[in-house]
Amino acid sequence: MDIEKFISELADQYDDIDTSGFTSETLFKENEEWSSMTALSIIAMVDDSYSVRLTGDDIRKSQTIQDIYNIVFSKSTV
Amino acid sequence: MAFLDLKNVIIRGISACVPSTIEENIDLVDIPTLDIDKLIKTTGVERRHIITPGTCMSDLCFAAAEKLIKELNWDKADIEGLIIVTQSPDYLVPATSPILQDRLGLSQNCFTIDISLGCSGYVYGLSTLGSYMQNGMIKKALLCVGDVSSISCSKNDKSTYPLFGDAGTVTALEYCNGAEGMKFHLSSDGSGYKSIIIPAGGHRNKITHESLKEHQLEQGICRSDVQLWLDGMDVFSFGISKAPDTVNKLLEKFDIAKESVDHFYFHQANMMMNERIRKKLKLPEEKVPYSLKNFGNTSSASIPLTMVTETAHKLRSGVNSIITCGFGVGLSWATMQCTTELLVIPDLIYYE
Repeated sequence: MDIEKFISELADQYDDIDTSGFTSETLFKENEEWSSMTALSIIAMVDDSYSVRLTGDDIRKSQTIQDIYNIVFSKSTV
Repeated sequence: MAFLDLKNVIIRGISACVPSTIEENIDLVDIPTLDIDKLIKTTGVERRHIITPGTCMSDLCFAAAEKLIKELNWDKADIEGLIIVTQSPDYLVPATSPILQDRLGLSQNCFTIDISLGCSGYVYGLSTLGSYMQNGMIKKALLCVGDVSSISCSKNDKSTYPLFGDAGTVTALEYCNGAEGMKFHLSSDGSGYKSIIIPAGGHRNKITHESLKEHQLEQGICRSDVQLWLDGMDVFSFGISKAPDTVNKLLEKFDIAKESVDHFYFHQANMMMNERIRKKLKLPEEKVPYSLKNFGNTSSASIPLTMVTETAHKLRSGVNSIITCGFGVGLSWATMQCTTELLVIPDLIYYE
């Protein structure tokens, strides 16, 4: 897994805000676009790209993109 | 791995009944921070038929059963089994199925069972009733499947209230020697039991003054312990991985070509989830009907309701290979394939 690729895939789930400054330390839920719909888009992206099943708790306990990346990485078999 | 191959049992007819009261989601303005346009677009639910307090799933199923029995021209004395699948029973005790057996005027020579399953319940119900019937001792039986989820949802919970509608359905099964029957794949994962739950009111957590109080969990989500809790993220993640998986397992196990199937009926969860499932399975839109828009998520009733409201004209004529796939509360999921021929399907019934 590649964190840069992951950041760009995660950023693609946002439509309204500028995500060009997203880094591994970005607090991905702390912006005006974040909603439960964004969460579902991220879950779907992770299912598509990494065949990993994220839970609601995984999203709730993650703050930074690095946090969610680490969870996906730990569950990934790729 | 739980596969079943039941011979000699066919679906003869299906009927569905919904409350006549309609609630338009666009009119929901009570929930703070609810972007209703976005919610309607994502969930695909524009309106829902909801009961008035006091109406039970068995009332909807009673109306559906009476009409179906009449159109099938069945003699009630010949009906020897009745299964109810619901998570909104009339009483905690006793089971609802004997009550409905009596109310319908079915003979006492009729077995009855209640099954407590939701989204996957239609498929599980077919597998249970089909198993009872496949040897020919019982020739005619009814599967009554439905829920009145609307009363279990908090009106102040955007994660449940705009989603759920009410419906009752009845499917008539008949023994038919030599028929190809029904094929199943059945699964469970109780580790996810908290993902969809009414925490209090059973025996683990009795109803107390405290459990009746609504609590604010987050913006737009306010509910009590006797109301339905739904972890949308958990369920979404579960659905998009397990639903395609169970369909593929069934197709593979029984060597069924995907292209040979005429209709795929999925549990109507929400549009975003259902569309992802359809795309993962690479199914064309015209083979995957939705009743979500006008009826919402009707829990266990969603598959037969979709068959009736969206494809009745096709199922009434000719031969159709169908797949039904339910997934959700439990967690529980299941898929069934069968071939239907000239189904008897009364027009949708509206309960006053």
